[in-house]
Amino acid sequence: MLQVSIYRYNPETDSAPYMQEFQVDTQGRDLMVLNVMEMLKEQDSSLAYRRSCREGVCGSDGMNMNGKNGLTCVTALSEVVKDNKLVLRPLPGLPVVRDLVVDMSLFYKQYERIQPYLLNDTPAPAIERLQSPEDRDKLDGLYECILCACCSTACPSFWWNPDKFVGPSGLLQAYRFLADSRDTATEERLSELDDPFSVFRCRGIMNCVAVCPKGLNPTRAIGKIRELLLANAT
Amino acid sequence: MSTMRSLTFDAIIIGGGGAGLRAGLELSQSGKKTAVLSKVFPTRSHTVSAQGGITCAIGSADPNDDWRWHMYDTVKGGDYIADQDAAEYMCTEGPKAVFELEHMGLPFSRFDNGRIYQRPFGGQSKDFGKGGQAARTCAAADRTGHALLHTLYQANLKNGTVFLDEWYAIDLVKNANDDVVGVIALCIETGETVIVKSKATVLATGGAGRIYASTTNALINTGDGIGMALRAGLPVQDMEMWQFHPTGIHGAGVLVTEGCRGEGGYLVNKDGERFMERYAPNAKDLAGRDVVARSMVLEILEGRGCGENGDHVFLKLDHLGEEVLNKRLPGISELSKTFAHVDPTNAPIPVVPTCHYMMGGIATNVHGQAIAQDDSGNDHIVNGLYAVGEVACVSVHGANRLGGNSLLDLVVFGRAAGKYIESALNEGIEYLEPTQADIDTALVRLNRWNESDSGESVPELKRELQQIMQNSFGVFRQEDKMEEGVQQLSELRERIAKAGLSDKSQVFNTARIEALELDNLMEVAEATAIAALARKESRGAHSRYDFPDRDDVNWLKHSMFFPRDKRVGKRDVNFAPKTVERFEPKIRTY
Repeated sequence: MLQVSIYRYNPETDSAPYMQEFQVDTQGRDLMVLNVMEMLKEQDSSLAYRRSCREGVCGSDGMNMNGKNGLTCVTALSEVVKDNKLVLRPLPGLPVVRDLVVDMSLFYKQYERIQPYLLNDTPAPAIERLQSPEDRDKLDGLYECILCACCSTACPSFWWNPDKFVGPSGLLQAYRFLADSRDTATEERLSELDDPFSVFRCRGIMNCVAVCPKGLNPTRAIGKIRELLLANAT
Repeated sequence: MSTMRSLTFDAIIIGGGGAGLRAGLELSQSGKKTAVLSKVFPTRSHTVSAQGGITCAIGSADPNDDWRWHMYDTVKGGDYIADQDAAEYMCTEGPKAVFELEHMGLPFSRFDNGRIYQRPFGGQSKDFGKGGQAARTCAAADRTGHALLHTLYQANLKNGTVFLDEWYAIDLVKNANDDVVGVIALCIETGETVIVKSKATVLATGGAGRIYASTTNALINTGDGIGMALRAGLPVQDMEMWQFHPTGIHGAGVLVTEGCRGEGGYLVNKDGERFMERYAPNAKDLAGRDVVARSMVLEILEGRGCGENGDHVFLKLDHLGEEVLNKRLPGISELSKTFAHVDPTNAPIPVVPTCHYMMGGIATNVHGQAIAQDDSGNDHIVNGLYAVGEVACVSVHGANRLGGNSLLDLVVFGRAAGKYIESALNEGIEYLEPTQADIDTALVRLNRWNESDSGESVPELKRELQQIMQNSFGVFRQEDKMEEGVQQLSELRERIAKAGLSDKSQVFNTARIEALELDNLMEVAEATAIAALARKESRGAHSRYDFPDRDDVNWLKHSMFFPRDKRVGKRDVNFAPKTVERFEPKIRTY
């Protein structure tokens, strides 16, 4: 029997959060963590968590599993379980709505702040804007972000300043548009980021890289933005 | 219920996937007060899982490509019950809609000349089937749906669309004239129930693949829009038509794109034989999805399946080489390793036909206006109600959708509905307020669950429903099995009506949402089952052992399922495109 310990908190009935212990019979199968949670929800229907695609592309089910952020639907038990024990907590650093559901508002606010859409002040052609395969390659490793928040909620700088530090996910998105040959708002984008907090709170500890379920590298993107900011300043 | 809050918008769009976001964008850009209400944060919608691409004759891979060839393929692919005016509209408007997406920033893959990359997909041809395989599917690697959905969400942010994220639509509100005037919705985070009033209610709730035990669909695909329409007494069209995608990963059900075969992959049986050469000598692995799925099931039934239980076949990709796999199909490699424990660069992926797409839905015209029928079979518009995307049946897909046509359907008809609603609002739409009794009617089922004290549990009932559908309404169907299925569903409906919700809390109560979703799964399953029993022929995705041939004399028609008396009627297919000659039904071979 797998020992599962889950963070529980319902603001309507609980004065404080607590850990609830469950036992799950996995019949020796190497299930995904999400499968285990579904089994638990059948035992206790009040358990709350988000999920949608169950294949690692929608970003709903970011969670802290045995101390590490990840997506429950693509994390096999064999990757996280230690000593037959699985501890599930909500993503750290954001307010808890209920159980494993966090309030993502601050995270989304930082995303919206970087103007996450193409800005191009030239008239659109009758067909598509052309882009060379080499220029398009520059977007690989950036556009694939699924907004799961695993990275930003693993980042101590984001924990400290979630209102002022854009965070790894938002900065990855910021660089996705800076790097796009079709975007003409580079100067404007950089000036919006040019302060001591938005970018420069990143200390390069790379927790974001360690947890990204899509294998993306926000630290590298942040480094590129720093270079652009510094080049701009001189 | 006098304390219930009311919200008012020019247009309320229910569903934040591709169709809903495209409609929302069009309306926000026009300055209309528009809200998109979605049970998940919009980028968690199922559009995000679309992989291979968006099919459209933009003339990039082949400068001589022609929208008429695309239309021909679409009509043939749909086994001739696609409405030809709608297919014509989609194929002519498509290029504009795709270029708009590119201008919004969608990161399409590129050819060396800088134009959008296009790959071959199933059922595509040049020159009306006479010029060989076409390459018409515009792609962003194998993550086209993700790129498209995020781009549309971003464009809506830019244009100030109001988002009601993590709100759940419960039922449509109709007034004394039977017009749809809004929807009852529940804020999942707080548990508050409100009435959202609007002159235009747009259903963009997507599909319902979760009626089957094995599906590529997200857990959220529970047919909420179909459920709401049926409970409002509206008919639904062609619900027997469910697409089984040839390549769901065996066991997990997760999709691997048709683009794998478009890039040169192929299916093999346990003898290593490329069996599609026998079933579709010309198109082979790129025949219509219904054709490939049936061929796979036949291979398995005749003992040529792979694995210990002989219950799947293999998708071979290793010959494509690491470079193509990394460049064109990176997401597939990831999914294959995670869910099949197979690295496609050196081993084949075990696959099996898996429920994928609902061709049927709410009948609409090309403006997205919902269509119902009176007792004599005459069409009429349902005032105030629109449907776009998978929940709608406009119908461009007929009895079988072509790969890459769903994303095109979303953006073309989301956009069309937005444009139509904008002009209708400008001209003025009469609005008769609902009475308290009208509102109470739409609250009945929420109240039922809230007042239930004990009863069978939701997950168990859902599992039974999915098993019934899997057993009786799969790739091949026959009368006695379907009759048994209809009977089982009717018993299940009684049990669901008495099922219990034990958690009555307000804040983020997902048990309540799952209970409400079960009602919708039940509605979709029953409509599917009864329509499937009624259509006594084989056409497109609907294949019957007892009626193996297509019957154009009696069934070159849409089916219409009427919920009040659970009757199935027929509706004429449109054979009147505006600018081209109609495509006459022919024997469909690949």
